[in-house]
Amino acid sequence: MTSEKIRVLVAKPGLDGHDRGAKVVASALRDRGMEVIYTGLHQTPESIVEAAIQEDVDAVGLSILSGAHMTLFPKIAELLRSRGAENVVLTGGGIIPKEDVESLRTLGFARLFGPGSTTDEIAEYIESEVGRRRAAANH
Amino acid sequence: MPSESFKKSNEVYNKKASAAKSREDAREFTTISGDPLDICYTPQNSPDLNGGGYDDKLGFPGEYPYTRGIHPNLYRGKLWTMRQFAGFGTAKDTNERYHFLLEHGQTGLSVAFDFPTLMGYDSDHARSRGEVGRCGVAISSLADMETLFSGIPLDKVSVSMTINGPAAIVWSFFIAAAEKQGVHPSKLRGTIQNDILKEFQAQHAWLVPIDHALRIVIDTMEFGAKEVQQWNTISISGYHIREAGSTAAQELAFTLANGFEYIERGIARGMNVDEFAPRLSFFWDVHLDFFEEIAKFRAARRIWAKTLKEKYGAKDPRSLLVRTHAQTAGVSLTAQQPENNIVRVAYQALAAVLGGTQSLHTNSMDETLALPTEKSVKIALRTQQVLAYETEVAHVVDPLGGSYFIEAMTDRLEAAANVYFKRIAERGGMVNATKEGWVQREIHRSSTAYQKAVEDGRKTIVGINRFVEEDEKIEIPVLKIDPKVDEISSDNLRKLRERRDAARVKKALDGVRAAAKNGENLMPRFVEAARSYATLGEIADVLRGEFGAPVEPAF
Repeated sequence: MTSEKIRVLVAKPGLDGHDRGAKVVASALRDRGMEVIYTGLHQTPESIVEAAIQEDVDAVGLSILSGAHMTLFPKIAELLRSRGAENVVLTGGGIIPKEDVESLRTLGFARLFGPGSTTDEIAEYIESEVGRRRAAANH
Repeated sequence: MPSESFKKSNEVYNKKASAAKSREDAREFTTISGDPLDICYTPQNSPDLNGGGYDDKLGFPGEYPYTRGIHPNLYRGKLWTMRQFAGFGTAKDTNERYHFLLEHGQTGLSVAFDFPTLMGYDSDHARSRGEVGRCGVAISSLADMETLFSGIPLDKVSVSMTINGPAAIVWSFFIAAAEKQGVHPSKLRGTIQNDILKEFQAQHAWLVPIDHALRIVIDTMEFGAKEVQQWNTISISGYHIREAGSTAAQELAFTLANGFEYIERGIARGMNVDEFAPRLSFFWDVHLDFFEEIAKFRAARRIWAKTLKEKYGAKDPRSLLVRTHAQTAGVSLTAQQPENNIVRVAYQALAAVLGGTQSLHTNSMDETLALPTEKSVKIALRTQQVLAYETEVAHVVDPLGGSYFIEAMTDRLEAAANVYFKRIAERGGMVNATKEGWVQREIHRSSTAYQKAVEDGRKTIVGINRFVEEDEKIEIPVLKIDPKVDEISSDNLRKLRERRDAARVKKALDGVRAAAKNGENLMPRFVEAARSYATLGEIADVLRGEFGAPVEPAF
């Protein structure tokens, strides 16, 4: 287990321009001492995965409010796997109906954070998941 | 002015009230924007209203400076327009929803477009995959626009379209669709949002860089003034600024400052301010802080009227009016205990009406989960009908005018906006302040502060940080978009491309390119391109090719 700073990519896949949530989360994670890289708006799955690999991040947080999550989220998970980055913690949030949250659970998104989530919950989840995976990797 | 003895007793009261014990569960007494509030407001908070101050600050409804409203008898003359924003799936799906809404007593239409349309991509573009018809209706050409308004007479029903980056193109589809119905442009009533500045500041559905985008906006103002005289060519919008996290004062200041920018550019184009200012309308958020919101509407009317008259020399009284659409605050809705949202929306709708709005959209309770179902949309519409017809609130104009509190709040918001106008001027104006990302950072600062206040428990959200139901099961039906929408829309486009006159399309697109280069008004070229059945993506590609893509300032 290293005490290296956690590196997180906060990303906006798809065409929607709602960045309030992504920016609030990015600021909160920064305040918790994480290194946060924000992609900016309107990213493709390819550009997000490329940034995740280049920046060597521990976690990727996706924010989407356009309804295209069932197309874009699995694509990002698949691209990350194909680049050998399956150890990266993958999470996200936005306007995502419950049924879709259930489906995404089996597609690499163990936990998503919908409206009403606190930034602490999100930060704690990332810290514990990254911690767990780092510990496992060191064994 | 209050007498000396009044001041004295007021002071005594203030001491007594401040010393009284506050209830324990309230951490602070501030507006939702975080501004402190007095315990009680008195004539001392707005001392000049009884003298010459009444004429200067308020005036009568329908009279300068219009603080009390833009019509002498307001809702006795005409109720606000009940205009529910709607759009999903294909043009055919949305056309059915429009017929449903009109049959249930809605009085105007408001089109929500999907993200590909908002960003100027056709339904079959690679970037559109998974997005087609999800957040609004997919419109890629005149053919889709004809379907969207099938059976709806465009000389009778006013239509508002929330479109910005490609607003001029989509408006051209609309004008061409009306032509097909035999309706002349001069008969059309409606609005395109077309407020590109707030896109760069808050909503981010853009097409080309800001300077080129502004030129196209001024083209629409100029074209509208000549050809589509009853059309609102810009709906200057605070809504998205507020939803992105600003305070009420920031929403007020940034929105009006954006409006002044359009005014200055219209004048710089060589138009007289009275030629185009009467066709600018406004769109405000109506949030949960009831009194602050009412005061915001009043302050907006006063500031706009005074500035247009005194600074920009407007002579036509219609140039001075803040004609307003309002929408309840989407961000205030909770996914938890979603039925509570009906109540939130009702309070917000009441504030909009007491603030004197001309048009209103009430959100549906399920919008934090997905697009609304028919049932929840109907409840939202009925909320307005109950307000209009049962509560008797619409009979008196500006019923809160003269309230010490409302007048003090109106003055305070006006003063806060004036401070922002100075800061914007110091940054070289709104366009510069936006390019630098300053406006965006101001909004972000406020959204972070609010999030902290909620997480600290200083601000309460029922069902989120108080009165929480653990293990709550949310059992309301959610609208499902047919997953075949992508396919159907792409298929329609393929067929359209086969049957249209390719030579005419090419000629029309060349015309758009030429106008983009030589600086002539683009609107006639867009309308001709629409008539040729050139698609949104094809026309937008010409603009992207000539002008490039917008750049987002660093966060």
